[in-house]
Amino acid sequence: MILVEYAVIFIILAPFIGGLLAGIDRKLTARMQGRVGPPLLQPFYDVGKLFKKEQIVVTPSQHFYVLSYLVFIVASGALFFAGGDLLLVIFAFTLAHIFLVLGAYSSYSPYSFIGAERELIQIIAYEPMIILAAVGMYMVTKTFFVWEIMASSMPLILYLPGVFLGFLMVLTIKLRKSPFDLSTSHHAHQEIVKGVTTEFSGPMLARVEIAHWYENVFLLGFIYLFFAWNPLVGIIAIIIAYVLEILIDNTFSRATWKFTLKSAWIIAGMMGLVNLGVLYYLSGVVPV
Amino acid sequence: MTHLSKSPWILHYDASSCNGCDIEVLACLSPLYDVERFGIINTGNPKHADVLVITGGINEQNREVVRNLYEQMPDPKVVVAVGICASTGGVFRECYNVVGGIDCIIPVDVYVPGCAARPESIIDGIVRALSILEEKKNMPAPGRATQGGEK
Repeated sequence: MILVEYAVIFIILAPFIGGLLAGIDRKLTARMQGRVGPPLLQPFYDVGKLFKKEQIVVTPSQHFYVLSYLVFIVASGALFFAGGDLLLVIFAFTLAHIFLVLGAYSSYSPYSFIGAERELIQIIAYEPMIILAAVGMYMVTKTFFVWEIMASSMPLILYLPGVFLGFLMVLTIKLRKSPFDLSTSHHAHQEIVKGVTTEFSGPMLARVEIAHWYENVFLLGFIYLFFAWNPLVGIIAIIIAYVLEILIDNTFSRATWKFTLKSAWIIAGMMGLVNLGVLYYLSGVVPV
Repeated sequence: MTHLSKSPWILHYDASSCNGCDIEVLACLSPLYDVERFGIINTGNPKHADVLVITGGINEQNREVVRNLYEQMPDPKVVVAVGICASTGGVFRECYNVVGGIDCIIPVDVYVPGCAARPESIIDGIVRALSILEEKKNMPAPGRATQGGEK
C-alpha cells in the first residue's frame, strides 16, 4: 500500500539529510586534496545566503521552470518513498530535469544554452540505465511498486549485479561528479561559466540547490532498493557507494560529452542488458 | 555573523595585471592557505558572486568589461582591489592605454596593497570585505542601474 507518512517524512527530512551529505562531500573532498575544507554545515550557509541575495530575473518564465523543477523532484522522491510505482517515479524525475533544461533555454544566454544542451545529453545518457534498473527489479520481484519491492525477501543485488554496476555509473552523472559533470558541477569546479545554472541567481539558485539535495537523497534511496532484504547491508552499501563517488570525483578529469554518452550506453548495454538477458535465460532454472 | 559572510563566493577578474597578483590569488585556493575553510569559493560567474576580486589596473579595452561584470553581480556585493596596480594604477599608471585604478570605474570597498600582494594580505582584505558585505546587507538596495548605464 502507499504510505503517505513516509512521503511527508521525506519532504521534511530530505533537505537536511541532502545538505548534510553535501557538507560531508565537501569536507571529504577537501581532505582528499590535503586541505582543511569548509565547515560541515557550509551548504546550509550557502543556501541561506542565496535567499538573502538580490534576484536578477533574466526572463520571468525562469521562475516557473525552476519552481517546476523543484516541485517535480520533490514529487518523484515523495512518490518513491511512499512506495509508489517505480515507472511513475522515473517519469516525474525525468520531467523535472526537462524543466531545468527549459529554464536554462529560456534565458537567451550562450553559456546557459551550452549547459542546457549538455544537460539534455546527460539525460539521454543516463535514462536507459535507470529504466533498465526498474525493469530488472520487475523481472525479479514481478512488481513495479516500491513498497512491494521493499517487502520482497529477494536479495535483488544477487540477481542484478550488472544492473547495479550500471546504476553506479549513472549515479556519477546524476550526482554531478567528475568525470561526468558536463552540464554544471559542484562547489569550486567551473564548467563553461556555470552551465545550466549560469543565469539563475540568488533565491532561484537556492531552489536549484535544494532540488539537488532532494534528488541525491532519492538516488541513494534507489541504491537501498537493491539491498532492501537487509537494512544494515543497504545502509553500508549507500555509504560505500557515496564515498566511492567522491573518490571518483577527485580522481578523474572531466570527460567529453561524446565519451560520456558512449560509455554510459555501452555500460548500460554490457552490464544492464546482458544482466537482464541472463536473468531471462535462467528464469526456468533459478526461482525468480 | 550571518550566512552572508559565511559563504562569500568570489569572482576573480584580471584587468591588466602582470599575473603576479593573479598567481597569489590562486595560491589562496591551494592546500597551504585553503580559503574554502571560510566558505570562500572561486566562481566563474558574476551572477553567483558576492565579492569581485580585481587584479591590475583598468585599461581602455576592459573598462566596459569591468563595469559589466560589476553590474551583473546581485546585491549586496563588495569589490576588492588586489595589488598596487588595481589600487592606483601602480607602475603602469603613466602608460598610454591605462586609465588608472579600479576605483575610477566602479566603487572599491577594500584596497589590498603590495606588488605582488601576499596571499596573507589578500585573505585579510577579503575577510575585511566580508564585514562591509554585512553592513551593505542592512542598507537599502541602491537599485539596479538602467540598461547600458552611463559611459
